[in-house]
Amino acid sequence: MFKWFKKKDKKKDEIFDKEELIEEKDEAETQEVEDDEIDENINVESTVNELEEGKEEVEDKAPKKISLFEKLMGGLTKTRKDISSKIDNILKSYKKVDEELFDDLEEVLVTADVGVNTTMTLIDNLRERVKEEKVSEPKEVKELLKDEIKKLMTEENMDYKLNIEPSPAIILVVGVNGVGKTTTIGKLAYRLKREGKKVLIAAGDTFRAAAIEQLEEWGNRAGVDVISHSEGADPAAVIFDGIQAAKARKVDVLICDTAGRLHNKSNLMNELNKIFRITEREFNEATKEVLLVLDATTGQNAMNQAKVFNEVANITGIALTKLDGTAKGGVIIALQSELKIPVKLVGVGEGIEDLQPFIVEDFVKAIID
Amino acid sequence: MVFESLSEKLQNALSKLRGKGKLSEKDVDMAMREVRLALLEADVNFKVVKDFVKNVKERAIGSEVMESLTPGQQVIKIVNEELTKLMGEKEAKINFSPSPPTVILMCGLQGAGKTTTSGKLAFNLKKQNKRPLLVACDIYRPAAIKQLEVVGEKVDVPVFTMGNKVNPVDIAKAALEHGKKHGNDVIIIDTAGRLHIDEELMEEIENIHSAVNPQEVLLVLDAMTGQDAVNVAEAFNERLGITGVILTKLDGDARGGAALSLRAVTQKPIKFVGMGEKLDQLEPFHPDRMASRILGMGDVLSLIEKAQANIDAKKALELEKKIRTQQFTFDDFLDQLEQMKSLGPLDQILGMLPGINSKALKGLDVSEKDIIKIQAIIQSMTKKERENPDIIDSSRRKRIARGSGTTVQDVNKLLKQFKETKKMMKKFTDMEKTLKKRGKFGFPFF
Ligand SMILES: Nc1nc2c(ncn2[C@@H]2O[C@H](COP(=O)(O)OP(=O)(O)OP(=O)(O)O)[C@@H](O)[C@H]2O)c(=O)[nH]1
Ligand SMILES: [Mg+2]
Repeated sequence: MFKWFKKKDKKKDEIFDKEELIEEKDEAETQEVEDDEIDENINVESTVNELEEGKEEVEDKAPKKISLFEKLMGGLTKTRKDISSKIDNILKSYKKVDEELFDDLEEVLVTADVGVNTTMTLIDNLRERVKEEKVSEPKEVKELLKDEIKKLMTEENMDYKLNIEPSPAIILVVGVNGVGKTTTIGKLAYRLKREGKKVLIAAGDTFRAAAIEQLEEWGNRAGVDVISHSEGADPAAVIFDGIQAAKARKVDVLICDTAGRLHNKSNLMNELNKIFRITEREFNEATKEVLLVLDATTGQNAMNQAKVFNEVANITGIALTKLDGTAKGGVIIALQSELKIPVKLVGVGEGIEDLQPFIVEDFVKAIID
Repeated sequence: MVFESLSEKLQNALSKLRGKGKLSEKDVDMAMREVRLALLEADVNFKVVKDFVKNVKERAIGSEVMESLTPGQQVIKIVNEELTKLMGEKEAKINFSPSPPTVILMCGLQGAGKTTTSGKLAFNLKKQNKRPLLVACDIYRPAAIKQLEVVGEKVDVPVFTMGNKVNPVDIAKAALEHGKKHGNDVIIIDTAGRLHIDEELMEEIENIHSAVNPQEVLLVLDAMTGQDAVNVAEAFNERLGITGVILTKLDGDARGGAALSLRAVTQKPIKFVGMGEKLDQLEPFHPDRMASRILGMGDVLSLIEKAQANIDAKKALELEKKIRTQQFTFDDFLDQLEQMKSLGPLDQILGMLPGINSKALKGLDVSEKDIIKIQAIIQSMTKKERENPDIIDSSRRKRIARGSGTTVQDVNKLLKQFKETKKMMKKFTDMEKTLKKRGKFGFPFF
C-alpha cells in the first residue's frame, strides 16, 4: 500500500516537472503550424490549458517539498525490488552455504555490472569470511556480502560532500556524451540555490547543437544566470568569462558545463585539459570540484572513462545518473575502490529535484537488499 | 585487466602442442573459461554469455585442430566464427515502404544519441536521393526541438515541429500529413529518450507507433551499455516490435558486448553504427569486426590468421613443387579438400585465394555435397591408385564406384577433372613464375 502511494507520488512529480517545461517562446513555433490542424484536435488544446494552469501554480508556490530521503527511496525502489527478490530467492533455495550459492551470488553481482574481477574479489573475500566465522546460514551470507562491498568501496576519510566550502567555489562538470551533465547541472544549481548559495552557470558546451539553449532552460528553472557565448565559440573563453563574472558578482558557486567527449579522443581531451588549467590559473583562490558524470547504464567502460578523465582533469567526485532505471551501476564499486574517487551525487530522474547525495549504505542496500 | 593478459594466459594454460588431433573436452573447457571472462568484461549479458558458451562448447568438442594452431587457439577460432555468425548479416539498409512515405520511428533510452542519429540517417538518405523529413517529437527535454532543428539545418533536411505543448502522437500524425503534402518520401521521427520501465512514456510511444504505422522502428543503443542492454532491448522490442538497431558511440573504446546481448534477445539486425559526432559519421555495421572487438582477443586472432597463412604457404610450396614435377596425387587432392572444409564455406574461401581470379570461379560450381562425394571416391581408391591414377582401368573404376556409393560416371568425371586440374595447375605455376610471384601462393585448386 505504502509503496503504491509513493509510486503515484513520483508519477505526479514527474508530470509536475514536465509542466515546468512550458515556455513562452515556444508559442511562436506552434503558430507555424496551420491553425486548423490544431483546432481540429480539442484534446491538444485542453492539454495545453491544463498545462498552463499548472505553470501558474509552479510560479506561485515554491516547489512541493518531498523529502530527499523519500525521493531516494522512490527512485531506487524499482532497482531494489528487482535485485532483492533475486537474492532472497537464491538464499531461500539454499539449505546450506556451498559453492553453488557462491556461484549464484556471483551471477547477481555480475548482472549488476560489478565486473568480473571485482565480483571474484568480493566472492573470494566472502568465502573466506564464511569459513572464518563459521557461517552456516545462507541468510547471514547476505549481510556479510553487503559488508564486504562496503569495505571494498569505502576508504577512511573519503569525503562524499561536494568541495564547495569555503566560497568561492568552482565546479567543473565533465563526462562522455549523453550521460547527463547538463541535467545534473540544472538539478545541482537548483539545490545549491535553495541552500541559500549564490550560483552562476557557464555554458562551456559550445559544440553540441542547442546545448546552450538546453542549459539556459535549466538556468531558468533553477533561477540561476547562465554565462554563454554562441555555438562554435571557444569553450575555454566561455569558462574564462564565467570566472570573471563569478568574481565580479561575488557568487558562491560557479558551475561549468562542458561538451560531452569520448575519453579516447585525444584532441578533445586536450581541449578539456586546457579548460581545466584555466580554472586553476584564473580561479586559483576558488575551492575546486571536478565532477565526472557517469551513466549507471554504462558497463565496464565507465572504468576507462574515469581513469582517462582523471588523468586529464583531476576528478574529485562522481555523479552517477539514471539510477531510476533498472541498471544498478555496480561498476562504481571497483571504481571507487581502485581510483579512490567518491561518488558524491546520484541522479534518479529527469525532474529538477531528482538529485541525491550518495550514501554508500543505501547504494549497497540497493544492490543487495 | 583481465583481457590484457588473456591471450598470454591462453598460451600458457593450454597445451602448446600444435595440431594434436581433435579438441578434447578439457581443452575446450579451459579455453572457454577465458572466453567467458572476456565476454563478461566486454559487457555481454551474463545469461547470454552462459548460453553462448554452452552452445559453442558443444560445437568445439571433437572438432579437428588445425596444424600449427594450439587447441586453445583452435577454440578461439571457433568462438570467433560463431560470434560473427551471431552478429548477423551486414545489413546496412533501410526498408522502404512500397507506398511512400516510409516512416522511421527512432526509440531508445535517454542520452543514447537518437537526435544526432536521426540527423545522420536523414543525411544518409538524402545522399540516396530521398527527400526525408525530420520530426521533433521530444517535447520533454529542454531544447531537444531546437537541437533537431540545428541538426536538420546542418544536413539541409526540413524539420517538422509543433513546439512542446502538443502531444507527440498528434505531432507524429500531423507530420505524416505534412510529409505527404510536401513530397517527403521518408519521415524520420525523433522521440524523447525514455526508460523502458516508464509505463507512461512507453505507452506514449506505442501510441505514436500505432498512429503512424512505421516501416522501420530503430532502437538506438549506446555501445557502452552494460548488463542492462538485454532489459532495454527486450522491453522496446516487446512494446514496439523493433526492426533494427543503431549502435552509437562506437568510436569510443567500449568493447560493445551490448551488441551481442541485444542480438541474442531480439534477433534484429544491427543496421548502422555511429562513429563520431559529425553528421556523416554513420557507418554500415560489420559483423566480423564487431565479433572480434567483443572477443577482445585481437592478438590471438591475428596469430591464428598468421598460422593459417603459414600453413597455407608451407603446403602451397610443397604442392607447387609437386605440381611442377607432375607428382600431384589424389592424396594431395584429398588433403586440400580437408583443409578447405575446415576453413568454411567453399566459395568464400576460393574467392579469397590470391592465385585464383573470381572470373575463373564463375563457372565453377562446387557444393559441399560434391566435396563429400569426391572425398568418398578418393577414399575408395587404393594407395597405389591415388599416387598413380593412370592405372585406374574400367574394372577399378567399377570397384571404386561401388565402394564409394557413387556411379562410374562420377568416378570418370573426377578422374577427368583431376587430370585437367593438374594441367591447369602447371599452367598457373608457370605463369606465376614468369610474373615473378610475390612469394604468396594460395591453394592452386581445381
Ligand atoms: N531517467 C533519467 N534520465 C536522466 C537523468 N539524468 C539525465 N537524464 C536524461 O539523459 C539525457 C541526456 O542528458 P543531458 O543532461 O543532456 O546529458 P549531457 O551529458 O549534458 O549530454 P551531452 O551534452 O549531449 O553530452 C536527457 O534526456 C536527460 O533528461 C537521470 O538521472 N535519470
Ligand atoms: Mg550537455
